[in-house]
Amino acid sequence: MPEATEILNALVLMTNFVFVPALAYGSQLALGALGVTLVFGILRFANFAHGDLMAFGTTITILFTWLLQASGITFGPLPTALLALVPAIAATAIIAILIDKSVFAFYRKHRAAPVVLVIASVGVMFMLSAIVRFIMGTDDRRFTDGERFLVRAPEFKRWSGLDEGLAIQTTQAITVIVALVVVVALFIFLNRTRTGKAMRAYSDNEDLALLSGINPDRVVMVTWIIAAALATIAGALYGLDKSFKPFTYFQLLLPIFAAAIVGGIGQPVGAVVGGYIVAFSEVMLTYAYKKFAMYLMPDELAPQGLLQFLSTDYKFAVSFIILVVVLLIRPTGLFRGKVL
Amino acid sequence: MSAPAIDETAQAERSPAAPPAIVQKKDSAWRAPLAFLAMGAALAAVGMFQSWSVALAILNMSLISAVMAMGLNLQWGYAGLFNAGVMAFTALGGLAAVVVSHPPVMEALTAGGRSLALSAVITIGIVATIIFLTSILKGRVRGFAIFVVVVAGYFLLRPVFSDAVTTIESVNPARTGFIGGLGLPITLSWLVGGIFAAAVAWLIGKVALGLRSDYLAIATLGISEIVIAIIKNEDWLARGVKNVTGLPRPVPYEINLQQEQWFVDLVSRFHAAQLESVGEGTRELLLRQLVIEGASAFVKIAYAGLFTVVLLIILALCVRALNSPWGRMMRAIRDNEEAAAAMGKNITKRHLQVFVLGSAIIGIAGAMMTTLDGQFTPGTYNPLRFTFLIWVMVIVGGSGNNLGAVLGGFLIWFIWVEAEPAGQWIVAQISANMDPNTPLYRHLQDIAAPFRLFVMGLVLLIVMRFSPRGILPEKVRHT
Repeated sequence: MPEATEILNALVLMTNFVFVPALAYGSQLALGALGVTLVFGILRFANFAHGDLMAFGTTITILFTWLLQASGITFGPLPTALLALVPAIAATAIIAILIDKSVFAFYRKHRAAPVVLVIASVGVMFMLSAIVRFIMGTDDRRFTDGERFLVRAPEFKRWSGLDEGLAIQTTQAITVIVALVVVVALFIFLNRTRTGKAMRAYSDNEDLALLSGINPDRVVMVTWIIAAALATIAGALYGLDKSFKPFTYFQLLLPIFAAAIVGGIGQPVGAVVGGYIVAFSEVMLTYAYKKFAMYLMPDELAPQGLLQFLSTDYKFAVSFIILVVVLLIRPTGLFRGKVL
Repeated sequence: MSAPAIDETAQAERSPAAPPAIVQKKDSAWRAPLAFLAMGAALAAVGMFQSWSVALAILNMSLISAVMAMGLNLQWGYAGLFNAGVMAFTALGGLAAVVVSHPPVMEALTAGGRSLALSAVITIGIVATIIFLTSILKGRVRGFAIFVVVVAGYFLLRPVFSDAVTTIESVNPARTGFIGGLGLPITLSWLVGGIFAAAVAWLIGKVALGLRSDYLAIATLGISEIVIAIIKNEDWLARGVKNVTGLPRPVPYEINLQQEQWFVDLVSRFHAAQLESVGEGTRELLLRQLVIEGASAFVKIAYAGLFTVVLLIILALCVRALNSPWGRMMRAIRDNEEAAAAMGKNITKRHLQVFVLGSAIIGIAGAMMTTLDGQFTPGTYNPLRFTFLIWVMVIVGGSGNNLGAVLGGFLIWFIWVEAEPAGQWIVAQISANMDPNTPLYRHLQDIAAPFRLFVMGLVLLIVMRFSPRGILPEKVRHT
């Protein structure tokens, strides 16, 4: 039987390298998946441009961050980017509505098949990714400032007397808190307000909603505003936590879609749960458990290899294996998707 | 009926209040020849104003792109299947080029071949057990049994396989570190690439084809990422991101060609007038220069010839297939699945069939591309260039029309290549009067590269909006 401190060490190790990063990543995916799922629920197509919308929102956030920093405004220990989010959301929402008016509205009016809207979103994806690269270039960028750590590893070691340190970055804590606030606000909006109820009704049954006097243009506009806000927040949080690189945001599209589908596409609760499922599976399947096992097992049983299920290079593959399994076993997702 | 563009569902779902769908105009018989003539003229213009070498390079990649677009057109244009995994089949074709043409690495095979063979045996054993279990068990027990076999198999396979991988990858890792190939002529790999792609497409199709269109798109996009991830990381197979370079060629090497007497004679006959016009002293120098240029052009033309043969064969087969009863059935399924099913057509089987065929064509094109490059670089496969660009080709060219797909391949590749110099030109115009030391000037210089993405999106959206059936629309015959 391992000693109590050994077990504590193992737990801290897992918290530090698996739980905290996965929680932050899962929150980012959940916000992204919420945007995808809302667009799917109301407009009924899979928006391939969502990853690049996130990149666009982040780009605007970075620009405002620079502007604020240049004029000497900072947010104390918190990253300035959080302040910049407010104007960035407004700008991205305007862009999203403009895109809808110039591209998607036409096909909606003609009642085109969903797949036509998907292809149109591919066109939007190309153009948005080009615009992002025009502004930001293709390199990695970091734009976080303020206090870096909420909990530092050496301090934690001194405080607890354990061998393992625990480090929590400010950006990770912010990500989780912001995601929580946004998700709660969104659920209150969808369930309590008139517009939110109208959106749910529209998603549930379009014709019935129209008959009861719901203005479809308003519903669509509000959907894009919310989707843009979610995309900007998700993108900015991801960028704060890791770094901003346009191509990474395109790749984020894959786990985000996986999260939305696993939870049940069109289902906001499903998107949140799906985000965490995908994130935790990615991190847990690619984590090397060797050190963890060494704390818990007697020395003579110490493992030979790294105890890693999959190499980290297969991170993206994990989300899609989950996706394929869900599609095969329960195509509607965990929460019986397709209605909002 | 028409291509699965906007007008199809407009007719199916149109409510009385909705505006009329796009009216089908009668297309001129001259449309296709004129479009191809214009394309040829554009290539010739590049040859005259830029350089013939660039024009030939564009031509070669256009031919390959046209084959890829035909493969996708088979899936989307004939059958309405949204395959967003084109990149995977292209890469599998490329992998076939390595596997077929690279000489075998004997040291690696002797060192790790036995464990690798053992891993293969174990894998086959696992698969066979699963197939056996699915046939005798049912329901929950079956799921559980398969799960147990997969987990047990993983722990059985893992040590053997990782042993094979470490041994093979440690054999001269800077130069080989992989098992090599069969050392056969590379043109054979075009066929093998098709077979590789078809096999994987069959697997993917079995899993994903029951899904509705946008789910299929997402699933294939994801699976293609998995395929690329595997090729990138399994270094023992094709060196992963370390790339395999110097693949053998189906055409002569420039260096050898320059030494051949017949080739020098050919060049001097071709440029006789130019050679006559210069003096005796410089003639030798000029001939040497001309032979070097000529050799490079000759190689490119030889490739173009090979690719054209493949293109024409596939085009002929596709046109025949489209006009056959089979093609009529595919379009019937595309336009109304329920009706076709009611007429006794097996939708799932036909979808799987056309998915495999289309993917095989894309695999052939992928092998041709790696042959042209002479190297296999898994790190360069990304979905924008290898999946969505092919989509733009099919949509812009005209889905459901084979000539349209070919034209789309040519046109979009042309724009893709020429957009960058165009972007540079625009940047040069904007920044002409700027101080080269300002950050804005330096920033502007980086804009040219993503300019092509912008143009692609714009072209796709404009064509979808104003000419949804593409440049060469599908021919609709009423009998």
